[in-house]
Amino acid sequence: MKVTGRVHVYARDHINTDEIIPARYLTSDDPAYLAQHVMEDLDPDFPKKVRPGDIVVAGKNFGTGSSREHAVWALKAAGVEMVIAESFANIFYRNAINNGFLIVELPNAPAHFETGDQVEVDLTGGTLRNLRTGQALTFQPLPEFAIKVREAGGYLEYLKAKGT
Amino acid sequence: MNSSDGGGQTFAQKALARAAGREHVAVGEVVDVRPDRVLSHDNTAAIARLFRSLGVEHVWDPERLAITLDHAAPPPTVRHAQNHAEIRAFVAEQGVRHFFEVGRGICHQVLSEEALVLPGQLVLGADSHTVHFGWMGAFGAGVGRSEVAALWALGELWLRVPEAMRFVLRGRLRPGVTAKDVALFIIGTFGADGGLYRSVEFAGDGVSSLPLEERMVLANMMAEFGAKNAYLPPDSAVFTWLATRLSRRTGRPVEAWYHHIEAGALYPDPDARYEETHEIVLEKIEPMVACPHTVDNVMPLSHVAGTRVHLAFVGTCTNGRLSDIAEVARVVRGKRVASGTRLLVVPASSEVLQAALERGYIADLVEAGAVIGTPGCGPCMGNHMGVLAAGEVCISTANRNFRGRMGNPQAEIYLASPAVVAASAVAGHIAGPDDVCGD
Repeated sequence: MKVTGRVHVYARDHINTDEIIPARYLTSDDPAYLAQHVMEDLDPDFPKKVRPGDIVVAGKNFGTGSSREHAVWALKAAGVEMVIAESFANIFYRNAINNGFLIVELPNAPAHFETGDQVEVDLTGGTLRNLRTGQALTFQPLPEFAIKVREAGGYLEYLKAKGT
Repeated sequence: MNSSDGGGQTFAQKALARAAGREHVAVGEVVDVRPDRVLSHDNTAAIARLFRSLGVEHVWDPERLAITLDHAAPPPTVRHAQNHAEIRAFVAEQGVRHFFEVGRGICHQVLSEEALVLPGQLVLGADSHTVHFGWMGAFGAGVGRSEVAALWALGELWLRVPEAMRFVLRGRLRPGVTAKDVALFIIGTFGADGGLYRSVEFAGDGVSSLPLEERMVLANMMAEFGAKNAYLPPDSAVFTWLATRLSRRTGRPVEAWYHHIEAGALYPDPDARYEETHEIVLEKIEPMVACPHTVDNVMPLSHVAGTRVHLAFVGTCTNGRLSDIAEVARVVRGKRVASGTRLLVVPASSEVLQAALERGYIADLVEAGAVIGTPGCGPCMGNHMGVLAAGEVCISTANRNFRGRMGNPQAEIYLASPAVVAASAVAGHIAGPDDVCGD
């Protein structure tokens, strides 16, 4: 399973769920509304800059903080295809898998990219390539369970298909 | 730092084995667990919409659900009010008995007070501070909304058995130093991801030297350490506290509950495997402050003393309990909140508020110029009841100081113990109780 996208680099650790989608917008779970405000407390221009298929690159512990699934919904709704980070916070990690949202754990992730680079990611193979620099890197591929959930369209759809 | 190699099991292994109905589970294994309690709050209506999308009519066991209205309570907008109305309708429709109205308090505090979680049990909640229940030796973990919807339908969810790290606490804290300072010390030293994906298990004689409300602070704050769950070994003080409450709720005698609770407690084996073990000598801890905008940006109080403060906020699931309010009352008694500074106190529960009234703390606070809020989460996550303006500085007893957390990305939040927050309110700038108390 291969994905190619343009990256936005945020070379910071602990980007939290309040930065990804502040609590003041949580009265809505309308994707279009969440997309208008995604990451705005981190980078007010992000909702305008982001295009479908883009990839966010960040440091350690991405998605730390609240359990709000809106963090994943907002990124997805804005068209973000994937987040590549050094590590992810527990609940964000679970929410990503359960919503079929792609995540890649990559050591020193921000060091390998500049904003605007195109990157090609082979999720099942566990390899990625920066198309500007030609650099190839490996990572732990997504667990099979996560791929199945994504193919089903999310954890709830996955459970339905299993005959819950 | 060292690691112990043995065939023994950590608390996390034992608790998840029990919840999975297994003899033994291995670290790293993904297991299907059945929680004893499933927690949700103002997010219940949204979860109910996901639940209905599954096509299931009734929750699998309404007795296992516990729902509080605490995050935006009383509702500040029509949208929030509508949300609460939807939750009440769902609660009635599904026959959920453990439902707590606006004003009863914060989910983690209320579920503790009602003894709806017991040592050795598994509680999963649509709230990141569900690690809180580690204070009593329960396995508490936060999960997502879709997962809670799935739990309502099936009663079961996948969890990965986490690696564990251990903190051995030695001795006692010095006067004026609290579990909040210990937690900030740990997070400041090892980073906000120092416990990422891990079961953070405390041990040592220092644990039993901590009053129960302080143990709650320590477990609660492990959410800011990245922990999957936290664990403090429960002792007779924990069993008595919970047995008294269960007895009150059920009418059965305290002794019977005591033995029941004690029998359910779980302790790690002496030869359990920990990836890291660190010893903390409690006497050496000093008052700490987390500076904007991450919880691991921690400095000793002396380094930030003098920073101008507009709002001093006491409350939340971390530090809104009776001993916290008692400490604030002690510091402000007979003094006034500084001109240009507000002191906002939001008790963690109605039980806390009532006890604080009976003991005269609330009168002390109001006389000093404090504002008292409805028990609940208050302005912690920027919903209502004390959000910040651009350029304002808040010192708070809460657990998060993220940019924008209290509603405004141009505001700054410092985190500290209740005594430091109270002293800062009186001084008008960040200060310790010794700076404002003559005694």
